[in-house]
Order: sequence, then structure tokens, then C-alpha cells
Amino acid sequence: MTDILEQIAHCIEFGKINKQSPYPPDMKGQDGADEYTKAALEQGVAAGDILKKGLVPGMQKVGIKFRENKIFVPQVLMSAKAMSTAMVHLKPFFQSGEVVRKGKFVIGTVAGDLHDIGKNLVSMMVEGAGWEVIDLGVDVSIDRFLKAVEENPSCIVGLSAMLTTTMVNMSTLVTTIKEKHPNQKVIIGGAPLNNDFCAEIGADFYSPDPQGAIEYLDALVI
Amino acid sequence: MKKIKDEVLSGRLLLSDGAWGTFLHQKGLKPGECPENWNLTRPEDIRDIARSYILAGADMIETNSFGGNRFKLKRYGLEDKTKAINEAAARISREAAGLEKHVLGSMGPSGIILLLGDVSSEELYDAFREQAEALATGGADAIIVETMSDLDEAVIAVKAAKENTICEVICTMTFEKTLDGGYKTMMGISPSDIPVKLKEAGADIIGSNCGNGTKAMVDIAKELRSVTPDMPLIIQGNAGMPKYLHGQTVFQESPEETASFVPDLIKAGVNIIGGCCGTTPEHIRLIAEIISIMKKWPTP
Repeated sequence: MTDILEQIAHCIEFGKINKQSPYPPDMKGQDGADEYTKAALEQGVAAGDILKKGLVPGMQKVGIKFRENKIFVPQVLMSAKAMSTAMVHLKPFFQSGEVVRKGKFVIGTVAGDLHDIGKNLVSMMVEGAGWEVIDLGVDVSIDRFLKAVEENPSCIVGLSAMLTTTMVNMSTLVTTIKEKHPNQKVIIGGAPLNNDFCAEIGADFYSPDPQGAIEYLDALVI
Repeated sequence: MKKIKDEVLSGRLLLSDGAWGTFLHQKGLKPGECPENWNLTRPEDIRDIARSYILAGADMIETNSFGGNRFKLKRYGLEDKTKAINEAAARISREAAGLEKHVLGSMGPSGIILLLGDVSSEELYDAFREQAEALATGGADAIIVETMSDLDEAVIAVKAAKENTICEVICTMTFEKTLDGGYKTMMGISPSDIPVKLKEAGADIIGSNCGNGTKAMVDIAKELRSVTPDMPLIIQGNAGMPKYLHGQTVFQESPEETASFVPDLIKAGVNIIGGCCGTTPEHIRLIAEIISIMKKWPTP
């Protein structure tokens, strides 16, 4: 059992989606996250173990290597694809309630900003860390963020902005959310941001990379 | 009109323009509004920006078409106006530039990642071809494929411009400093990875833009020059990293600071210097001053 979970983690770490996928070249022709996850379920491995001992450790290695500039966006995307392929097999167990995830994370790019690459990376990696992710997309209004907060009590909110002109919108957004929901945690990220900005607008946390966001989220639920 | 490449080969140092995007926001562009649509709705404001860089002494100006490919325009429901928006962009800059100065038709990234399979290479090529052709029709004499992070996408855009217009083709990519002190694009491409492939694709001039300030550009230029001894190099850096002060974002690098790196850029082998986000006509005017002083005291 440990063996197959290690195989799954390995496929996630190196972005091996399925047998057909030519990537990475040194795993050509081998089974990928798709086949191993299916096989694990058939062998009777619990879905929760596949998530916690296969997918999550694999994605954690990706997050750390990305933060250390040892890998870049293409490798992360392939790992995320491998992960989402494996997740398809686990979905019924999430829906039935057999597997409970760490919590809910609501993410979106703020109003006026149409950039989605950074937001998508964080979204995929947080999901790979064992969280349920509610992705509101790009150009998300204050009202839509508020609605999501109300619909998902005890969620954590993540805001993304790529432009210097739209990061300013985060300030109003954080203030509005906190006025209505004083205990709501809001974290922020995006190319032009930094810790000073985070402190000035009253957000709870800023991370320059997805792994930092995951570590902050995990610490809240442990 | 002389080719930019020939001017560089004859030993001239050339000056390009500064920021357009941040300038548009000063003129009242709202977050969420399509910047390129102003070519049709507020051409006077666009002409003003173009003219201000010509007055600052630039030898070449860009066009307001960075996000003018059909994939990006589609996000605003404007993909049917792709041709009109790009033609207008080039026409406005040409009016400001006259016949003596160069107009570089700007083509930024599609915003779609090829690797994810959401778009094919052919579709991407067709979109860049459509944009390049419209920019050329509007009066651009060069196309600048800029702010690229994916080398495959950059190659496709350069080919699309080279194979379908008579324009010179420039390509700049955006690098960030990594923890080991080197420079990489977010897709993991180093400066030294780009010259061979971009030249093969048809680029006449290559370089770097945007990024974390002009100082870092000196290192990037050195790396580029070390692997391409003869291609003309262009550098257009941001005015530092933006800081948030009293409710608005400001770029920290003053015109004096930006200009102070010009001698180092020239020593590193750069042939064309300008600015990106946060730089203003004043930044460009000061770079022009330094360049004219450097010309009088040529470095051996």
C-alpha cells in the first residue's frame, strides 16, 4: 500500500499525468497519476489515504521546489494537471462525505483585473494541499466575494491582483469584508504586492508564492 | 526610412519610449477598462502620449496595442474589433512620429499558456499574424513582441510578424532574479536561452523589458551580450518596483536614477534604451541627455 502511494506522490511531483503523456521524458510509457490512483482504489486503499499520503506530499514537494526557484510555471502546471486527473477518481468520496478536506478556500482576482495565471496556480496548489477550493474567477466584484463568504461559513478568502492599478481595490475589499465579518481571514498575493501593503490594508497574510499561502492555511486548521 | 538594425550597425545608440499603460491610467483609464479600445474612443489622449515621447527625444515609439490580440480583446467582448483597434494604434503613433521616427507595433502575450492545450500553436500564430498585419497596415515599420515569458509563444509571435509583414521584428522577454542570483522568466527561461531561437524565428533585435528596475537590466544585458555578440540589443526596464503610498501605487525609480544606469547598459553592449512601467517622458528625456553625452565621449 505504501508503495502505490509513493508512486502517486512521485507522479504528482514530476507531473506524470497518465500513460499516454510524453511528459516528463524520463517517465515515458510508464503509468501516471491516473492509472495509479485508479489501481489504488481497486486495491482497497482508502480515498482519504490517497489524498493525504499520495497527492498532498507530492504537491508539497512541488510547492517547495517552486518557492526555491528550482522549478518554474511549466513544471507546476504539469503537476497540477496530474493532480486534477487523480482527483477525478476521488471526487465521489468527497461528495459522499467519506473524505473530509481541511477546509474551504475562496479565491478570485479582484475587480478590474483579468489576470488569471497566478490565481490559477494558487488555486490548483491549495486544492492539491487537501483544501476544497471555490474559484470565483477574474474581475470579481466585492458583492461576489461577500456572497461567497456568506455561503461558505468558516472559509478563508484569497485575493489576487497583477496590476498596480487594481491592487488598490484590495484595500476596499478587505475593509468591506472585515466590516461585515470581523473574524474573516483574508490573504493576498500578486506580483506588485508585498508585506507593507498587506499591513497597510489590514489583510491577514501576504505570500509571494503558493506554498507560503498553503502553510498559512494549514496552520489555521491544525 | 532606414532600418533600425542598420542604424545600430552604423554605431548609433538609439532611444525608445517609456510607459504607456501607467500613463493611460493617469489619463483616467479605469481598472477593468480595455486600454486598447481608447485607440477608437479617445484617440486624442493616445496621440498625446505618443507625442510626449517624441518630444522627449525618442527615436522610436510604440503603439497602444500591447493587449491587442484577439484572445485578450475577447475578454472585453472586443475581438471583432481586433483589426480596427490595431490599425488605429499604429496610425496614431505614426501621426505623432512623422516619417523620420520609427513606430514599433506592440504585441504582448496572449495570456494563454500553450502547454495547457487551451490553444494550439496554429491558433496562436493566426492571432499574432492578424495583429501584426493590422499594425503594419496602420503604419508600423517594426513589430515589437514584448514582455514574453514563454519562449515558444515568443517564437510563434516573431514568426507571425516576420512571415506576414515587411516590418523589422524586435522581441523582448521579462526576467526576474532567482534565489541563486541568476535571471529567469516565470516559465524558467534564461536570457542565454533566447538569442538562437529568436534569431531563427526571424527576430532582428532582441532584449528585455519590464522586470524589477533598470539596475537588474545591466546583468541581463551582459548575459544576453555574452551569447550574442552581434545582434542589436534593446532594454526597456520598469522604474523599479511599485510601492503603495497613501492609497496609491507609485514607482520608486526617479528619472535621475534610471538615467544613472545608462552608461552601464551601454558598456554591457546595449544599443537601444527606453523604459517600461512607471517610466515617464522625463525619464526618457534624461536618458537622451546621457546618451548625447556618451556620444561625445565614446567608450573605447
